[in-house]
Amino acid sequence: MQDIENIVNGQKLFLKPEYQEVLKNKKEFEGNMGSVNPAKAEEISEWTKSWDYREKNLAREAITVNPAKACQPLGAIMAGLGFEDTMPYVHGSHGCVAYFRSYFTRHFKEPTPCVSDSMSESAAVFGGLSNMKDGLRNCNAMYKPKMIAVSTTCMAEVIGDDLNAFVIGAKEDAEGELDNTVITHAHTPSFVGSHITGYDNMMKSILEQLSPERSEKVLNEERINIIPGFEPYLGSLAEIKEIAKLFGDKIVMIGDHEEQWNTGAGEYKLYAGGTTLDNAKTAINAKATISLQKYSTVQTAKTIKVKWKQDYAACNPIGLGGTDEFIMKLSELTGKDVPEELNVQRAQLVDAMQDSYPYMHGKKFAIYGDPDFLLGLVSFIVEMGGIPTHVLCHNAPKKGWEDDMQKIIDKSPWASECQIWPGKDLWHLRSLLFTEPVDFLIGNVYGKELYRDTGIPLIRIGFPIFDRHHLHRYSISGYKGALNLLTWITNAILDQLDEETKEIGKTDFFFDCVR
Amino acid sequence: MAELRQIAFYGKGGIGKSTTSQNTLAAMCHYYGKKILIVGCDPKADSTRLILHEKAQSTIMQLASEAGTVEDLELEDVCKPGAGEFHPDNTDITEGYINCTESGGPEPGVGCAGRGVITAINFLEEEGAYDDDLDFVSYDVLGDVVCGGFAMPIREGKAQEIYIVMSGEMMAMYAANNISKGILKYANTGGVRLAGLICNARMTDKEYDLAKHLAKQIGTQMIHFVPRSNHVQRAELRRMTVVEFAPNSDQAFEYRELARKIINNDLKVIPKPLEMDDLEALLMEFGLEEEVEEEAIGKKAEEA
Repeated sequence: MQDIENIVNGQKLFLKPEYQEVLKNKKEFEGNMGSVNPAKAEEISEWTKSWDYREKNLAREAITVNPAKACQPLGAIMAGLGFEDTMPYVHGSHGCVAYFRSYFTRHFKEPTPCVSDSMSESAAVFGGLSNMKDGLRNCNAMYKPKMIAVSTTCMAEVIGDDLNAFVIGAKEDAEGELDNTVITHAHTPSFVGSHITGYDNMMKSILEQLSPERSEKVLNEERINIIPGFEPYLGSLAEIKEIAKLFGDKIVMIGDHEEQWNTGAGEYKLYAGGTTLDNAKTAINAKATISLQKYSTVQTAKTIKVKWKQDYAACNPIGLGGTDEFIMKLSELTGKDVPEELNVQRAQLVDAMQDSYPYMHGKKFAIYGDPDFLLGLVSFIVEMGGIPTHVLCHNAPKKGWEDDMQKIIDKSPWASECQIWPGKDLWHLRSLLFTEPVDFLIGNVYGKELYRDTGIPLIRIGFPIFDRHHLHRYSISGYKGALNLLTWITNAILDQLDEETKEIGKTDFFFDCVR
Repeated sequence: MAELRQIAFYGKGGIGKSTTSQNTLAAMCHYYGKKILIVGCDPKADSTRLILHEKAQSTIMQLASEAGTVEDLELEDVCKPGAGEFHPDNTDITEGYINCTESGGPEPGVGCAGRGVITAINFLEEEGAYDDDLDFVSYDVLGDVVCGGFAMPIREGKAQEIYIVMSGEMMAMYAANNISKGILKYANTGGVRLAGLICNARMTDKEYDLAKHLAKQIGTQMIHFVPRSNHVQRAELRRMTVVEFAPNSDQAFEYRELARKIINNDLKVIPKPLEMDDLEALLMEFGLEEEVEEEAIGKKAEEA
């Protein structure tokens, strides 16, 4: 029992004798009643580590175990929160929205504004129009947003609610209350694609619905847009903006959610930062748009290239080569030389990479995460002489991604030992780790179980990370971001080296203070 | 090149909607050289069989469930060129052609057919099936507007003109009126319009007058009165349209006339569906429904 003077957490509480007694009884009850055969369980457990099981596992079709992706509206919410005073609004059931909010909040340790119109049984039968009418008005009256960004859950999608018609209908019925609020909307069925698809759909809708007709386009030769994509590293957003600033003040980030999830202590504010709606409206006038996540902006890119007839480029500023490419693109588009500051940063990074190279070189990695994140991270691993043995992307796009990844892997002298696993989940990865083990695992929090099962250390880089703090504040983009990646990965390798050499008199001949 | 026109055929189940739409579209292609894409929006997938001379083509949803997801499909897998003169490469009779797709959907009693329609249309749009060469996209939609999915073809940016296939029977008229209600919902916020009723004659009493009258009441036109003809059934047995089966028959000329009217049609209205009472009054006026004494309602035959 808890003692009021000395409250302890679950870790210590359940070690107390009274709980140990309960747990022991429970085990006896379950085990001794014959419901569990420990020897058999052990046998099966061992079998799941075999090649035989791996083949069965990889042939699995009808079930996903431990997915490494989330669903569309989650991405749509992030896209919406990248704009000033914008309230994401999910048309559908509210359980989904509670999940999205807690998902973000567990990662960023910050509140996440988002509302739902709580469709119920009768809304499923009669359609969600009346929920939308009330919901938009309530949202507008209570939270006073400049923009409401409407996405959908599966429920609204299955019954075929037509957002365009609903939003127009709701505005007409609102007695003028919604006249001064911008309402953008995107269909985001969760059973298609993943959170990056939702990000893409919402970003595309916001840009299309805010921008005027192309005939009213007024070209601004100096203006350049940067779309960050589904970027969980707030530090990366700051870093990119800093780099862009060195090339001039007409470079605008479209969808800048950095401040929204990084508010200070004090009075709570619902909205913080974000791309201004004016900047979003005039995005069409820019000379060019750079997307930092090609596969999170596939549809958005179509709008920019085909509808806007604007120059479009995809860069991935993770790692040395990726950052070089991004910076050269900025230099090309602005006609300016690369600022000295960046040359210095680059030199510092290269120097640091050389310092750590011997430790990362030849190490085997299994990496999982979103498609663009992986393209960046794997290229960095290859730059450092690491071996990306398994590259697993559950939400891998069907077209182009695998080829892009193969090209990066082909730069490694160990390319033939590396495998790409599109569309596979973390239970697949478990089999891969047991049959073809690696030295380190890189990915989000859900690799924690794999670490426990396989003993392979997990380096937490990705999204979401619920069980370590503040990593999202750092950058993984740009030269400084690459330095962070280098620090995290190298030190994890060194921690492991200490672990393996600490045994007195046995392995400690290499337990060195200098590495 | 003229702008792409997107049209849709709606109507009560069993009214001959698919037969009428295919024969009409065939005539638009045969006589007027139109380039057409048919999007069948009915789980029965019978909207293209006469054009393809096939039993039923593989549907988008069927192929998607075999392949895993709809993203695994290619346009060529689901979009089939018409047979014979409707093939794009066959220009002997007409420069026009008809390409065919079917959304497909679940067996009766399971799943969600409406979502199938949404998935299929989204897929076709994303894959660029609505290319610049086309003159017409035609949606053939199951029965009544039963759920949001079946209204997908009349959402903003989709079909702008709706033709309702009906006949002079009571239930067909109810259905036509109901479909008008569906159109009205979307017409208020978008560009969809009712373009006419096509009366597929059952040769019931006063059918012509009745259909014409109903059309007028709803605010539209009876664009054509298609008489009954054995050619239609005979052609259908051979999985053909009438313009191929009996090109010189009167029936073929009826479809030619309907095709001409649709191509030249400029009467597109926001419908004014009738209230239930008005509709019943109309049916009574034409003798399809009899006035019943208040006290006879709910009584058995021998009682009344």
